[in-house]
Amino acid sequence: MRIRARYRVVPALLLVAALVAGVAGAPRALAADDAPSDADWQSWKANTNVTDMASLQRGARDFAGYCLGCHSLKFERWSRLGQDLDIPEALLVKDLIPPGETPAGYIISPMVESDAEKWFGKAPPDLSLMARARDPDYLYQYLKTFYVDPARATGANNMAFPQSAMPDIVSPLEGLKIAVYKTIETRGPDGQMVKEQVFDHFKVIAPGSMTAQQFDQFTHDLVNFLNYVGDPQQATRTSMGVWVILFLLLFTWVAWLLKREFWKDVK
Amino acid sequence: MATTERGSELRTPSAPLPPGATPISKKRGFRAWLNQRMPIDEFVADQLTGYYAPKNFNFWYFFGSLAGLVLVLQLVTGIFLAMFYKPSAAHAFDSVQFIMREVDWGWLIRYMHSTGASAFFIVVYLHMFRGLMYGSYRQPRELLWVIGMLVYLALMAEAFMGYVLPWGNMSFWGAQVIVNIFGTVPAIGPGLVQWIRGDYGIADATLNRFFALHVAAVPLILLLLVMLHLVALRRNGSNNPDGVEIKDHTGADGKPLDGIPFHPYYTVKDIFGVGVFFIIFALIVFYAPTVHGLFLEQPNFEPANVLSTPAEIHPVWYFTPYYAILRAVPNKAMGALLMLLALVSLLVLPWLDRSPVKSIRYKGWISRVMLAVFAISFIGLGYLGLQPAEGVYVIFARIFAVCYFAFFWLMPFYSRIDRVKPVPERVVYHAH
Repeated sequence: MRIRARYRVVPALLLVAALVAGVAGAPRALAADDAPSDADWQSWKANTNVTDMASLQRGARDFAGYCLGCHSLKFERWSRLGQDLDIPEALLVKDLIPPGETPAGYIISPMVESDAEKWFGKAPPDLSLMARARDPDYLYQYLKTFYVDPARATGANNMAFPQSAMPDIVSPLEGLKIAVYKTIETRGPDGQMVKEQVFDHFKVIAPGSMTAQQFDQFTHDLVNFLNYVGDPQQATRTSMGVWVILFLLLFTWVAWLLKREFWKDVK
Repeated sequence: MATTERGSELRTPSAPLPPGATPISKKRGFRAWLNQRMPIDEFVADQLTGYYAPKNFNFWYFFGSLAGLVLVLQLVTGIFLAMFYKPSAAHAFDSVQFIMREVDWGWLIRYMHSTGASAFFIVVYLHMFRGLMYGSYRQPRELLWVIGMLVYLALMAEAFMGYVLPWGNMSFWGAQVIVNIFGTVPAIGPGLVQWIRGDYGIADATLNRFFALHVAAVPLILLLLVMLHLVALRRNGSNNPDGVEIKDHTGADGKPLDGIPFHPYYTVKDIFGVGVFFIIFALIVFYAPTVHGLFLEQPNFEPANVLSTPAEIHPVWYFTPYYAILRAVPNKAMGALLMLLALVSLLVLPWLDRSPVKSIRYKGWISRVMLAVFAISFIGLGYLGLQPAEGVYVIFARIFAVCYFAFFWLMPFYSRIDRVKPVPERVVYHAH
């Protein structure tokens, strides 16, 4: 009787443990995903993984190389970045931090805001929390759906964020591409067949310095990095949580035994 | 006599000492010294070891003590957050990020506080639903219910003002919408809104006063009301799933036959409940602190911006049932009035129920169906309040709102005509 009652809690413990493992393992399970077609760009996944240190380091390097000219990460210090991403301070100073800045300083773009407003119509947003205000998947889709549009002042438009003020700064890497539409016939609201232009695929009209695969990796790394910056302690959080929950399971089990012991008197 | 091991030196709670007499103990030692100056053992004997609770509490009876736990959790984490938070429009958003990134363990404290806010409402809603099911609001516990409702109202004020403090874009626009509801008050509306905001729009002055109210005024009111809630509870003791009074059947020693001392029986049981609660709480804090934008919303990761409205403005999930009622009505003033009525309905519930029995276990099928319809409507309204107010969503919100009010305002009729089952003399309890 005693033993049976004790084992009654085991399935519950297993269930909670499975939940913990499921939640912790979910990002890795998603990583095995093949590249869908252009028309399904809305289903493209960034597959972020904050424990992939190499990817985060590449993302940091690429951020400093391609984004920092306009965008700041005003809530993140260079030193914190070095610490979290295992980048030694010497390397940080040599390769990432702009001249005149110190490791203790925040990651601030050298671009003057009033100038930026003049040039782009609006100052480029700070990206510290962009992965949280938007989705990492959205950022991934945004970076991969620039296309040539002569009607825009910047010469570029974007599928994920139409009329975006940002120029297509990734085109030297990805190449220039145009959006190819196809015509489909659908039944309109009045029952008439109407022809409609829908986006079909992108066509590269001038190659960039990267292969499609390399550019996917580049975008993934960048978004992965921005996802880290959005919540820099998330790796600590998820690794610590397991221990907290294991302790709580033990605590709850002891509390259960204690309760059962006391309640034996209650008839 | 009280039942502590030192019970012999205590006066019996039911027989106070005559005026002028002092319960001086002959014992020596620190505990005796303390008790000669403060009634500590007496308090424990009165309120814990000598306080009898029905022995047939079920799952639903965990949430009262859990609400107390979350209150303490919010007070403690809140104090630490207030050490670093800056209540000004210019610095509030940045100071929250400072807490999240640079304050040691700041992220943990903040996630506990933000998760705690939602957890508070979850346990309070379950606690209230328990009351609805087992008729805990019925005579002689009407005042207990009313005080509980006041706790709930204070909690709503506390949560709303706390939500504004991070000064994200949803904080800002949510505050705009909620404060503007006061503008529907006849005659004084516009002036009232301006008086609440302290400015012509939601601004620095608003944020600063909400901070003062959130960290000092409302918590004090909450603590006072919670204390009164417990005092009122102690007068008649807890109700139970059978809705029968355990005090009607006492043994030779004057103790309820179906009662057990709160301590140790319910203290150990509640500690187990606390453990389960904390496991779920920790899963959220460590693995899903935003709960997919439900506990912490995406637009709130952008600073308040008067020029950019979020695509959809809605309050946090725990207010959305009322928000859905507000939006279900085309006329804003009528909507606000219905929202108020939704809360008042809960408040006056003890006087709407005319059933001869308290607990749902012995009520008839009409009451059971109505309670189920109410629960579905409340959850349904909560879901609809998070959706855009258009098309089929509005139609459903109207249906659910009608159901919500029908539960309360038809109760005087259906509770009287409903066929009830015989209520047992004593509580039903099967030893585990």
